[in-house]
Amino acid sequence: MELSGAEILVRFLKDEGVEHIFGYPGGAVLHIYDALYTQDDVKHILVRHEQGATHAADGYARATGKPGVVLVTSGPGATNAITGIATAYMDSIPMVVITGQVPTAVIGSDAFQEVDSIGITRPCVKHNFLVKSVDEMAETLKKAFYVATTGRPGPVVVDIPKDITDPNVKVPYTYPETIDMRSYNPVMKGHSGQIKKAVDMILEAKRPMIYTGGGVVLGNASEQLTEFTRTLGYPITQTLMGLGSYPATDKQFIGMLGMHGTYEANMAMHECDTLIAIGARFDDRVTGKIAEFCPNAKIVHVDIDPASISKTVKVDIPIVGDVATVLDEMLQILKSSKTRPDAAALANWWENIEKWRGENCLRYDRNSALIKPQYVVEKLWEVTNGDAIVASDVGQHQMFAAQYYKFDKPNKWLNSGGLGTMGFGLPAGMGAKLAYPDQDVAVVTGEASIQMCIQELGTATQYDLPVKVINLNKRYMGMVRQWQEFFYESRYSHSYMDAIPDFVQLAESYGHVGMRIEKPEDVEGALKEAFAMKDRLVFMDFITDQEENVYPMVAAGKGHHEMHLASDRELA
Amino acid sequence: MKHIISLLLENESGALSRVAGLFSARGYNIESLTVAPTEDETLSRMTIVTTGSDEIIEQITKQLNKLVDVVKLIDLTEGAHIEREMMLIKVATDGAEQRGEIKRLADIFRGGIVDVTDASYTIQLTGDSDKLDAFISAVSNMNILETVRSGVLGISRGEKGLHL
Ligand SMILES: Cc1cc2nc3c(=O)[nH]c(=O)nc-3n(C[C@H](O)[C@H](O)[C@H](O)COP(=O)(O)OP(=O)(O)OC[C@H]3O[C@@H](n4cnc5c(N)ncnc54)[C@H](O)[C@@H]3O)c2cc1C
Ligand SMILES: Cc1ncc(C[n+]2csc(CCOP(=O)(O)OP(=O)(O)O)c2C)c(N)n1
Repeated sequence: MELSGAEILVRFLKDEGVEHIFGYPGGAVLHIYDALYTQDDVKHILVRHEQGATHAADGYARATGKPGVVLVTSGPGATNAITGIATAYMDSIPMVVITGQVPTAVIGSDAFQEVDSIGITRPCVKHNFLVKSVDEMAETLKKAFYVATTGRPGPVVVDIPKDITDPNVKVPYTYPETIDMRSYNPVMKGHSGQIKKAVDMILEAKRPMIYTGGGVVLGNASEQLTEFTRTLGYPITQTLMGLGSYPATDKQFIGMLGMHGTYEANMAMHECDTLIAIGARFDDRVTGKIAEFCPNAKIVHVDIDPASISKTVKVDIPIVGDVATVLDEMLQILKSSKTRPDAAALANWWENIEKWRGENCLRYDRNSALIKPQYVVEKLWEVTNGDAIVASDVGQHQMFAAQYYKFDKPNKWLNSGGLGTMGFGLPAGMGAKLAYPDQDVAVVTGEASIQMCIQELGTATQYDLPVKVINLNKRYMGMVRQWQEFFYESRYSHSYMDAIPDFVQLAESYGHVGMRIEKPEDVEGALKEAFAMKDRLVFMDFITDQEENVYPMVAAGKGHHEMHLASDRELA
Repeated sequence: MKHIISLLLENESGALSRVAGLFSARGYNIESLTVAPTEDETLSRMTIVTTGSDEIIEQITKQLNKLVDVVKLIDLTEGAHIEREMMLIKVATDGAEQRGEIKRLADIFRGGIVDVTDASYTIQLTGDSDKLDAFISAVSNMNILETVRSGVLGISRGEKGLHL
């Protein structure tokens, strides 16, 4: 079969099983758009801004586990995509981003809409490729998908000069079923000796703690994690990225850890004698002050990326490998081992944990005349039976969503943890809705974040993506205001937003349903009404308490035991 | 501590900037970096001299290994190895006495004079970096016009080494 570069690209995507791509046209990719026009195997979603394309593809990937695919033009198309690429990179999300480039002959001449996309994206991709000849097209694309989806996943950019997609230059095409790269061979299986040693150490623990992260979601290992945790009977905490990979409603789950983690999780981290870290990368929002991190614990760390191990915290037993594979092996050893966890010590440990849990650190004022953001999330959880996909933006609302929406399943919680990108929520939720039209998708956001990609409301209209936007409108950039209250004596420098649009009218002008909710007693009814409208995007503008804070809080650079809890004044 | 890290990488246009970018983005030191193709033209061999605590060196090697273009890597300083650097140094010569002095020093250091004018000598010198430093200080009382150093090359001793 003889095809042009543009036709090869489109045909390859089909052969690779890609059903949807998110993109925006421009000069350098017009040959590709022409090839898209004549087929309908690969469906193209036209976004309103390239940042939206990358976040939508990212949300699609987080919800499905399949790589998200983006197509943008050269120059400004590529630069607009950077934020989304960096967002995916920080959270290890598989994505393939195809950027158009000026023709090979003029590369380097400051040609119209030329930027060095390879150079600009290099620090925020897992890898990138410049396609130098049409003969390399299929193989390069195969490499891109292979690198993006294996090992520690991540975004891969493929930069394609316009001449490579010339409709008049046709070359033979066959789909490359497999690819071999001598320089890239991710390790899947963990070292058996290390695994054996780790299990011995795990079984000797008196005050054990399981700490897991995004790697369990990425590695599709929640079943194994759940069995492992239940077999041992140990307490489990998760990072912001790990939520859902162990049921949050289960007794053994003691909440998220870290800066806005629960009292019981952080105290248990501080007091544990054995830490079992699985697919988590000891981020500074999790560890707090390194010198005071788990001061009494021996640490096992399972991670597919050797560079994640002992990066910030030195570990005792490192295991490089895929979580599912390693947990399978651990479970096998556990099942055949005669040693059991020390029941008496464990009972003692749980007693301590229950005492910390009794602190009820997530309490908030339920009698307020104002809508509390926490209350909205709790009701959202109830109304959606805890089963919605929740995409979030960045700020206080993100933390409230993480704390009060109890995720029982993985791939349901989509948020930008590593880069903390405001603007992520709406397009990411839309990407997930595209993949799962029958599932409820809620976008939890704030009035500042939503305005960063609000133009995608138009995309939602065009492609019929009826997500429910839960806007927790504080008329403040809440998270910034909170830091200013705590650390800058309440000098609210430029964290108040004036001239906020009328979101109800704005939503309506895009063809959606808008609602404004101002009283606590209306919250539940409004949510029910909105979620009953299965085929409409409903923008719910909740006018919430302006000065609510996120608790507990471990200030940056402090130890886990130095937590800030909500004061009685705030609970009154 | 100083480490010499040797790597084989795909001989592709972007590979060098990936390595250089990694060092600058993560704030690692580079004392020298050399790169050229090997007997297998699809591969380049790079030698990087860097310094850092054990933890930092561990991260450097892990991060380098993670680059998709890096095929293989060793830290030469972990075993017996040979280290070589070349220097060309141009010194102004002022009269016969000084010319004799420079010639003698070049001989002592097993260097060669590779270019001569009425007013200058250019000396070529090979050895480990300390030797080149020593030569520079030996001629430091004279007028050094230019120095150019290749950066360190390294190879491990014996059969052990860096190959596919
Ligand atoms: C406003 C704000 C507040 C935040 N507060 C908190 C907080 O209180 N608590 C908190 O936890 N986070 C918080 N974060 C998020 C934080 O910044 C980090 O993004 C997060 O802690 C990292 O999670 P993780 O360790 O699970 O790593 P991830 O970024 O999810 O990384 C996954 C790890 O798993 C590994 N991995 C991937 N695939 C596999 C596999 N198949 N097998 C084995 N390993 C694999 C990867 O190599 C990597 O090391 C906050 C973010 C924001 C924006
Ligand atoms: C693109 C971007 N710019 C700036 C920030 C810094 N930042 C973090 S949270 C926040 C405020 C978010 O306000 P809002 O969306 O209203 O959410 P709230 O905290 O009020 O819930 C800002 C500005 C960021 N995370 N991302």
